[in-house]
Amino acid sequence: MNSVVLNEKDISRAITRITHEILEKNKGAENVAIVGIRTRGVTLAKRIHKKINEIEGIEVDFGILDITLYRDDLAIGKQNPIVEKTHLPFHLEGKQVILIDDVLFTGRTIRAAIDALIDFGRPATVQLGVLIDRGHREFPIRPDYVGKNIPTAKTNRVQVRMLEDDSMDEVCIIDSSNSMDK
Amino acid sequence: MIIPKNILGTKGLSKEEIVTILDSAEAFKEISTREIKKVPTLRGRTIINLFFEPSTRTRTSFEIAGKRLSADVINISGSTSSTVKGENLIDMALNLEAMNPDLMIIRHSHSGVAEMLSKFIKCPIINAGDGYHEHPTQALLDLYTIREAIGDLHGLNVTIVGDITHSRVVRSNIYAMKTMGINVTLVGPPTMIPLGIENMGVHVSYSLEDAVLDADVIMMLRLQTERQNEFLLPSIREYSNLFCLTTKILKRAKDDVLIIHPGPVNRGIEIALDVMKSDKSFILNQVTNGVAIRMALMYLLLGGNNDSLN
Repeated sequence: MNSVVLNEKDISRAITRITHEILEKNKGAENVAIVGIRTRGVTLAKRIHKKINEIEGIEVDFGILDITLYRDDLAIGKQNPIVEKTHLPFHLEGKQVILIDDVLFTGRTIRAAIDALIDFGRPATVQLGVLIDRGHREFPIRPDYVGKNIPTAKTNRVQVRMLEDDSMDEVCIIDSSNSMDK
Repeated sequence: MIIPKNILGTKGLSKEEIVTILDSAEAFKEISTREIKKVPTLRGRTIINLFFEPSTRTRTSFEIAGKRLSADVINISGSTSSTVKGENLIDMALNLEAMNPDLMIIRHSHSGVAEMLSKFIKCPIINAGDGYHEHPTQALLDLYTIREAIGDLHGLNVTIVGDITHSRVVRSNIYAMKTMGINVTLVGPPTMIPLGIENMGVHVSYSLEDAVLDADVIMMLRLQTERQNEFLLPSIREYSNLFCLTTKILKRAKDDVLIIHPGPVNRGIEIALDVMKSDKSFILNQVTNGVAIRMALMYLLLGGNNDSLN
């Protein structure tokens, strides 16, 4: 059973609101850096990055993080996932880094992302923005910016589809009790 | 994508497997450009580097690759190992395995040693060069360097020059290059090209001047002066006259030809100094890329699924 929880317009509004909240909290875009977590987080981060440019008229720093090498489940996993490039073309010192991911679930990805980030330098702050917060945290991690809170069962799967990657904008919940991932 | 349990050679590696290894290496290359060149991926894993032949590049490259992934790397060289006391190789490997390493890397002067040991020990093995047989990580880093500099590998012309018979680098490269759709031409004195090597799907030429004409890549091999060259060559100077890659010969090649060499280089014997230093030479890029390739292999081999392949 699939049920759509956000459509194209909902996603667009959520991104606009998150962008305004980022600018409000950081009192503008100065020293703000947007860092997307592969794969869907990068797409979202690009949209937020573009939105900041539209609102403030400046191009803030942008980076991509692949957290595979920092995962805590590599030995347990069936096959090591394919590693892709991390790309952080700016110095982190003094930056307000906004990590962006599509779904916040156990918090393990974010733990890994913070570890990966710290290996590159010492940002002033690290903040977290997600499109969906679905609960069931296993780590003491909370988001600063949330598109939508969605109560889910642990067995549900939240599927985020983005136009750039999947030819449509949509978030739906898939009810399958044998599903393993988010 | 399932990578085989051991990397004993490039023979039998599929195109898909090679592409996965090369793609992964791209991500690992970035790590070596960071200020903190280390990721925690293989924390708590133990890698044993077992080298029965002299090596600077390959041994250091494997050691650095392991350390940048946070593994504990132990180096054992032939001259300091208990084989000097008469212990046989299999017993030694079994004893090392009793200390629970997660990966063994083996170089030996005899062909087939890595494969033989893989039948006795359970942990994954990477062949770092066995006799005249294979040196798979060298071939993979060569392919990576070519792909990075030129792009698509399919349909490229690669000319390999030197002592083909005694080169494990060539054998690994022929297998991998044929799998990737590359046209390979071998060049050298007739005494150094084995009879029937055309059966591997390669061309043979005895003239360097002709063989460079349509080459996209020229791979120069080291003249292995420690092996039995005295039976194969009248003199090293004669070899140089015919097979040294000089600026003059290079003028006959394409403007954008890529020059690679597995190292170590005998300056002035197989390659002229000014060619080595030219912008066509990617010899040092190969060394940089070697670390990335070995990191990628370690990561892929130590994935959790490989038990099922035993």
